[in-house]
Parts: sequence; structure tokens; C-alpha cells
Amino acid sequence: MTVSSPLPAARMSGRGLIETLEIDTRMLAMIGALAAIWVVFDVITGGLFLTPRNLWNLAVQTSSVAAMATGMVLVIVARHIDLSVGSLLGLTGMVMAVLQSRFFGIDGDLGWVLSVLAGFVLAGAIGGIQGWWIAYRGVPAFIVTLAGLLIYRGLAWWMTSGQTVAPLNPNFELIGGGLDGSLGAFWSWALGVAAILALCARAVFARRRRHAYGFPVRPLWAEAAVLAAQIVPVVAFVMVMNAYPQPRTNVPMGIPVPVLIVIAVMLVMTFVATRTRFGRYVFAIGGNPEAAELSGINVRRITVWIFVVMGLLVAVGAAIATARLKAGLNATGELDELRVIAAAVIGGTSLAGGVGTIFGAVLGALTMQSLQSGMVLLGLPSPMQNVVIGLVLVLAVWLDQSYRRRRL
Amino acid sequence: MTALAAGTAEGRRADQTPLVEMRNIAIHFGGVRAVDDVSIDLMPGEVVALLGHNGAGKSTLIKILSGAYRADMGEIYVNGEKAEIRSTRDAKRYGIETIYQTLALAENIDAAGNLFLGRELMTGWGTLDDQRMAAETRKVMQRLNPNFRNLKTPVRSLSGGQRQSVAIARAIYFNARILIMDEPTAALGPAETRMVAELIQQLKAEGIGIFLISHDIHDVYDLADRCAVMKNGKLVGVVRTREVSKDDILGMIILGKNPITGTVVY
Repeated sequence: MTVSSPLPAARMSGRGLIETLEIDTRMLAMIGALAAIWVVFDVITGGLFLTPRNLWNLAVQTSSVAAMATGMVLVIVARHIDLSVGSLLGLTGMVMAVLQSRFFGIDGDLGWVLSVLAGFVLAGAIGGIQGWWIAYRGVPAFIVTLAGLLIYRGLAWWMTSGQTVAPLNPNFELIGGGLDGSLGAFWSWALGVAAILALCARAVFARRRRHAYGFPVRPLWAEAAVLAAQIVPVVAFVMVMNAYPQPRTNVPMGIPVPVLIVIAVMLVMTFVATRTRFGRYVFAIGGNPEAAELSGINVRRITVWIFVVMGLLVAVGAAIATARLKAGLNATGELDELRVIAAAVIGGTSLAGGVGTIFGAVLGALTMQSLQSGMVLLGLPSPMQNVVIGLVLVLAVWLDQSYRRRRL
Repeated sequence: MTALAAGTAEGRRADQTPLVEMRNIAIHFGGVRAVDDVSIDLMPGEVVALLGHNGAGKSTLIKILSGAYRADMGEIYVNGEKAEIRSTRDAKRYGIETIYQTLALAENIDAAGNLFLGRELMTGWGTLDDQRMAAETRKVMQRLNPNFRNLKTPVRSLSGGQRQSVAIARAIYFNARILIMDEPTAALGPAETRMVAELIQQLKAEGIGIFLISHDIHDVYDLADRCAVMKNGKLVGVVRTREVSKDDILGMIILGKNPITGTVVY
């Protein structure tokens, strides 16, 4: 949340400008860091990085981790951790694959829809069970989910004795992107226009509400500037996604389905985190668990729900990852727990609890994937990629903490 | 007449029922009797100080009233009727609000979010109505602490006095009839302490009953109508403040000696 003190118009230094625009400087720094990474990689790869093709792939590759990272924000904000998401993704993806290829049949749409639904029910229920052990049995989340990491990976293997499950339903595979898994030019633009209208409506509505209660509002030019800063990326995003044609044609790909899913997840989770009681309570628990309890918040029940939400988002990630691989593999999602936690933390979620944003976590996932993708383009061997990601994680958290300390 | 009855009966006019009456309250943790058969009451518009050393059981007793703990024995009556207080939510339903010594604020959330924590105002869409909560907070803050401006910053970055204001605002905004203040001035400077004292007088005039918890008689001597002193989980006695000296009350706290009846609690 940003400060909104009425400022003397005379004081229009850089800081004054930032306050007038009510810009979150932390978020701005993150976007700046991401932009710097992109530009540096583009220069050293000789223009290979900032191409529609690479950015399109980058967006698709980020999807699964980004969706889960939005849930990890809530988990970490409430002072817990979830180490099981990678294994749970493996198990859930395997269940989806096995159900549609061996039970419901891969022909027709009913089979894959049912298999995805079953995956959601399974992952949500497993999340709830983990939450119950943590909240009502007092076993630390670290232990419960570490056990989960072993258990679900084991079950994923055990289900097919390690065999890969394929083929899957072609319509299910659209969830993973791929050649046909995009919206195309028309619908991408339609979505872009809808997003722009929604942003405008939100700005007008928020301004009216603040006015109605006599709170200071931004000057109109500032309002326009902020709105423009939101609309430009939307337009740029649609243009880039449309600039990548299907192979050997001029037909634009447009926004990939998994990216569409992540955008929807991000909107829903931002709404949940900032506009609902549940979200407010998650942050209150992270800020001061005792105060939350004394305020009459049912901390245990909220904790269970946090892990249910995490489980459901793992199911989203599982559907995307499995559809992208076009097969159920027992190793899908290995080490994803670490990528997801890193994305949330790089995105500004504090491991001490109480602080974090959904959008930040998605940016964090995109930053990590950008590094990975850039290093692949540079031909860096994969063990070295992990070394770099590890160093970046430490650096990001250190920077974030020094920033916070300076603010206090 | 027992020590207990002398203190209690004296504060009561025949035509008034107490706002709160805690009867024969007991609770133990493991083998320790934290509160052992304690009875106290509170009249409308009255300030009762609850005194004792650290570990005397005063905070535990009051946490039973505020719903944070459940007593093993004893009953609580609110306006003469038996009250079932199983949670802090129940206590609030009876108009019992508590300002904890730790303030119990979520440091990462703004003043309005803390004031309405657990009792948020919602829009017609079922979403948090942050603007209305901020507007209401501004309203109640104007009464409490006119210098208060930082409605939308996390309370972490507020001063001690401002944080105290948020905690007090949270207690009085919801029309408390019974207010529990745990060491309300322990962390405050002289000006802020005076502000709290004035507020207590104002709330008293509105007919609100106040329990003031303190380990220091000097903090509460001028404010309290009656003083209840606890030692080792037991009630030493309840005395009218203006009928005894500070030394008498110190004797109750330190020696466990009731100045009126002469009985001693060990």
C-alpha cells in the first residue's frame, strides 16, 4: 500500500513525483531489474533474446511456476512453507494423464475435463490434509510438506511403476501452449482491449470512491500517467505475442493458453489477497499471529484454507506442465518447489511473514525463467545455470532486506 | 464478613447491578494455580485497578474475561446475567473490549485494517471496503488523537503513542461497555500518559466500566475508584482507593496483607 499524503505542489523533486504518482518503488525496482536482465542478455546474445519467438517461449515456460508462486505468496506470508509443490505437481499431473489415457479415454472432451477436475479435487484435498496437520496437529509446515515431497513423488512413480503415460487428449494439450494452443491475433487483441477498458474503469471507480470519502486523489495528469503506464505494457504484450508467427506461415500465434491461465490466476489471487476477508486474515496472521487470534480470527481454519488454495494452484501448474510435455512423467515438477519458493522470494515475499504481493511473485517467476532462458541461449552448461540462479537468489534477498531496513 | 465481601459490597449501591461480576474464578496450567478462587466486580462508570506483581495472576484473570483463556471453574455475569465466554469473539459480543499490553496489532497492516481486524466493513459485493474503513478510522482518530494522519501506512512505522491510539480506537469504536486496559501507560511518554488519563475520565462519564491492570500503584492511584490486589493467584482484597493510602496498597501487593481485615495471603 502506498502513502497518500497531500503534498505541496511546489515540491516536485523526484521523490515528490513518485509520491504524487503513488508508485510502489520496490515494484519499480523489480521491473527495472528484469528490464536490465533482458537488455543485457539481448546484447550478449547478439539480439537473440528480445525476439517475439523467445519472449513467447519465455512466457509459456514461466506459466506453471508462476501460477504456483501466487499460492506460495500466501503460504509464506502466513509464516509457513510448502516444500511439496513439485512432488504434488508430479502426482497430480500423473493422475490427470492416467485418468484420461487409461480410464476416461482420450477421445472426446468429457474425459480430459473430468481428469483435470479430478486433479483439482485431489490436489486441493491433499493441500487441506497438509494444512490440517500443520494447523490442528501442530506439526511444522516444513516437516509436513517435506514428508509430502517424498510421499507424492513416490506415489507418482508407483502409479505406473515409472512408466511414461501418453498420448493425451489433443484438446487437453492446448492448455500447455504448443503450436495450436494460442488465441490467435483477433482474440488476443479483443482481450487486450477488454483489459484496457477494465483498467480505465478501475481507475475511474477508485478515484470516485476516494473522492466520496474525502481522501486526497492524484492530480488528473498523474492519474493519466499511471493509467498509461498500465496500458502501454498491455498493448506491447499483445503486439509481441502476435508478432510470433506459426512456423512457415504468417499466421500470428497470439497469447498462449497457459499464459492466459496465469493472467486469470494472477487476477483472482490478487483479488483474494487484497479484497477479501480471507486475504486480510492471511496477512494479519503473518504480521502477528497472536493479535490475529485475539481479534477473533480462526487462525487454524485460515491455515487449512491457505494450503487448500496452494493445492488447487498446484493442480493448475500440473495441468499446464503435463499438457506442455504431452505426457504424464513421474519426474514432472522435480525441484519446482525450490523454483516456486525462489520466485515468491525474489518477488518480494518476506520469509519472516506478513509481506508479499501476487504480482511480485509472477515477476519473480519471470525473472528466474529469463535468467534460465538467457543462459540456455548463451550455451551455458546446465550445472552452471544452477550456480547462477543460486547466487541470484541470495543477491535478490539481500537487496530486498537492505531496502526494507533503509525504509524503516 | 470475609475480606472479599467487605471490598466488594462497599462499592455497590443497592439499586445497581454490576456491569461485570466474576465469581470464584479458577484456572491452572499444569500444576500451577494461576488464578485461585477469585471474585471481582465492576460497576458502570467505575474504574477498578487490578494490581499485583508479575505472575500474580492478574493478566490471566483478565484474559478469562476477554475470552483468550477459559476458566476451569467459576462464572461470569454481565449485567446480572450469566455469560458464556468461550472466545474473544464471544467477549466482544458482550461489549467487553481489551487493550492488550502488547497492543496486539498486526504490524504489517495499516491503522484502519487493524481497527477493523476480525470485524471488517464490507461493500455490497462482499469485498473489503477499505475506503469506508479508512474514513471511519479517521473519524474516531479525530476524537482520540487529532495529530493522527498516517491512516494508510503499516502500523510498524507509527510511534508508540500512535500505535496505542490505534489499539484504544479499536476498543472504543465498537461501543464497548466494559473496557480492559492492560498496562495502558507502560510504554508511553508523559503527554501521552495524560491523554490516556483524560480518555479514561471521558469514558467513565459515558458509563463505561474499566479494568486497569498494572503492577505499579503510582500509575493507577489517581484513576482508580477501587483497587483489587492479587498475589500468587489469590485475591488479597478489594479496597476503595480513597479510603486507603498508597502504602496500604503497597502492603497488599508486597506482603499480601489486607489493611481492613488484616488477613494475609501468602
